[in-house]
Amino acid sequence: MSEQAKKPARKKVELDPRFINYRHVWVFVESERGEVHPVSWELLGEGRKLADALGVQLCGVVMAGPGERGRGICAEAFHYGADQCYLVQDPVLTDYRNEPYTKALTDLVNTYQPEILMLGASTLGRDLAGSVATTLKTGLVADCTELVIDAESRNLASTRPTFGGSLLCTILTQRHRPQMATVRPRVMGMPEADTSRSGQIIEVPFSMLETSIITKVLEFIPDDTRDKPNLPFADIIVSGGRGLKKPENFQLVWDLAQVLGAEVGGSRPVVQAGWIELDRQVGQSGKTVRPKLYIAAGISGAIQHRVGMDGADVIIAINSDPNAPIFDFAHYGIVGNAMTILPALTEVFKSHLAQARKAG
Amino acid sequence: MHSVVCIKQVPDSAQIRVHPVTNTIMRQGVPAIINPYDLFALEEALRLKDRFGGTVTVVTMGPPMAEAALRKCLSYGADDAILVSDRAFAGSDTLATSFALTSTIRKIMENMPVDLIFTGKQTIDGDTAQVGPGIAKRLDCQLLTYVSKIVDVDLEQREIQVERRAEGGVQFLKTAMPCLITMLEGTNEMRFGDLDDLFRAARYDLKVWNKEAAGIDDAEMIGLKGSPTVVSKVFAPRPRSQRAEMIETQDNDPKNLAVTLLAKMFTQHPKLEKEIAKRAR
Ligand SMILES: Cc1cc2nc3c(=O)[nH]c(=O)nc-3n(C[C@H](O)[C@H](O)[C@H](O)COP(=O)(O)OP(=O)(O)OC[C@H]3O[C@@H](n4cnc5c(N)ncnc54)[C@H](O)[C@@H]3O)c2cc1C
Ligand SMILES: Cc1cc2nc3c(=O)[nH]c(=O)nc-3n(C[C@H](O)[C@H](O)[C@H](O)COP(=O)(O)OP(=O)(O)OC[C@H]3O[C@@H](n4cnc5c(N)ncnc54)[C@H](O)[C@@H]3O)c2cc1C
Repeated sequence: MSEQAKKPARKKVELDPRFINYRHVWVFVESERGEVHPVSWELLGEGRKLADALGVQLCGVVMAGPGERGRGICAEAFHYGADQCYLVQDPVLTDYRNEPYTKALTDLVNTYQPEILMLGASTLGRDLAGSVATTLKTGLVADCTELVIDAESRNLASTRPTFGGSLLCTILTQRHRPQMATVRPRVMGMPEADTSRSGQIIEVPFSMLETSIITKVLEFIPDDTRDKPNLPFADIIVSGGRGLKKPENFQLVWDLAQVLGAEVGGSRPVVQAGWIELDRQVGQSGKTVRPKLYIAAGISGAIQHRVGMDGADVIIAINSDPNAPIFDFAHYGIVGNAMTILPALTEVFKSHLAQARKAG
Repeated sequence: MHSVVCIKQVPDSAQIRVHPVTNTIMRQGVPAIINPYDLFALEEALRLKDRFGGTVTVVTMGPPMAEAALRKCLSYGADDAILVSDRAFAGSDTLATSFALTSTIRKIMENMPVDLIFTGKQTIDGDTAQVGPGIAKRLDCQLLTYVSKIVDVDLEQREIQVERRAEGGVQFLKTAMPCLITMLEGTNEMRFGDLDDLFRAARYDLKVWNKEAAGIDDAEMIGLKGSPTVVSKVFAPRPRSQRAEMIETQDNDPKNLAVTLLAKMFTQHPKLEKEIAKRAR
């Protein structure tokens, strides 16, 4: 470009004419046996912001068997921010199977043409999202941690961790619609339910014969959840790491958790050593948590641990090494031996809470 | 019984460092390994071969150095290995990757029918878990993700039964072969290869296919051109604006530290104090 030339007016980004008919933000509302996966509500909270930024509607997609409470789920979706819901109920959608769900969702997308489609990065969501994106030949960004609209181009900018969280990258799907993204459970906050909200339910028929579906569900055995920890939804978590040295010392973590009514978590090495169960691992290859308080004892703060607990409101770190990376992102730090600090915290919390109870 | 196992060579992410100034991955010196999740897929395929006989073919799409990962698979007992390598693949996202791998698998099928295709659950670098579902869709075969156990294979009826980790439980599924299985981690343990396989692996004349050999004529479908997703920016996670407030006392006695911490924290976060009081026993 020549220097003398008059500076051209900043080129306006025109929306690709192929995309004009693609409108609205969709969230796949994942339910099985009438139970909605909470990640769907988290996505509606996020989707609401995107729809508002674009000036379009937020739509939920609900799929279920005929006897299931499809309309009830739609009503809940409205409470969490949806303006409309597409409801597909058919016998072949009773249990999740890849083939009928992929067909039902791609049919909906082809008919109603959303510009954005989001799914939870659950086992179901990951199974479905990859198949739908491949059928539609569009882009799918996995495990996003931040979603924003570029006001000028109307493109969705999806940010996700990569290389185990050491780096973040922002990914665009500029030349294809819909733009698809998955988000892991608990990465986004849970929106407040507004029971006064309602919306429009659009029932869409679906005709797929059971005889045409190749995969059959012979049996479903639900997990025994009675004594299972639920870290992703715990309000307080006390976690221990390799710095606790011996499995016996983990008792100090349990003791503090008991006083606080907290769940117990840990870093990967202590899970791999069998000190605590797999369900208690916090981090990239474990659970993502969002407690109000997270206490980390003897945990160095490796990026793979951090990505799982960074969303905590308050983080307390106890570590003998003043240069441990965890102090870079904790809110309060104590340099010292976890084996003496943990019991002290247990004792002080206990007496503080006893006093608070007495005071009413 | 012919299984094709898709494996990816990945940098050992435990040893990945990010350049503090340029925010680029410093790959130098970082060992490349077989994506750990893919070993569960390979072992499962080898077990089926132990039971039913047959062939295990491993496939990877990657740069020439990915040959090392394939040789490792041969040393575990895989029979054949194909490296799909072409500059035209550079920049492929999962849609383009599944296209290239599907075309490769179709080529393999021309020589020998395939009963099962295996992938890992996900990789540790791209970490999308999208390539397996993508291949299954493109091959138009059934997809079984997060399989924890292969319960039964009926080669006569061409049927397979598996246990699959679903949301909130375990599904027992029956489907037709060929199908694509993504294997859950922790479901088996990779064997030690025997000495014969080790020697064979070192000498084996493994196949290197460029895009034409893999049956791809349309370069629009692969590499950056075939990839709807575009990485627009790579950056380091932003540090929290403040480092932790360090709790110290003159004597650094544990109990005094704990008292100081609680006083500070509950002054700054009065709601948290109420929350804890409410739920604690
Ligand atoms: C693909 C991949 C996925 C991963 N996923 C996860 C994941 O999901 N979750 C996870 O946690 N990790 C994960 N990791 C592992 C991660 O990289 C770290 O290795 C791990 O988090 C370290 O655990 P740690 O902090 O308990 O142990 P270390 O890093 O060994 O840290 C121990 C800490 O204890 C401190 N310490 C020692 N003695 C004491 C004492 N007496 N009192 C107090 N402090 C003491 C030390 O100063 C040190 O900081 C993953 C790694 C990879 C490659
Ligand atoms: C920073 C960054 C972010 C990215 N984010 C996205 C994204 O959000 N969406 C997207 O579409 N692409 C993305 N990509 C591109 C993606 O990483 C590549 O397409 C990659 O080749 C395959 O994806 P994956 O590593 O996630 O594999 P996964 O889908 O996690 O792999 C699942 C299984 O497929 C098999 N497999 C995967 N790759 C190969 C291979 N090359 N050869 C043989 N078998 C294989 C293995 O069995 C593996 O276990 C990203 C790339 C980078 C560098």
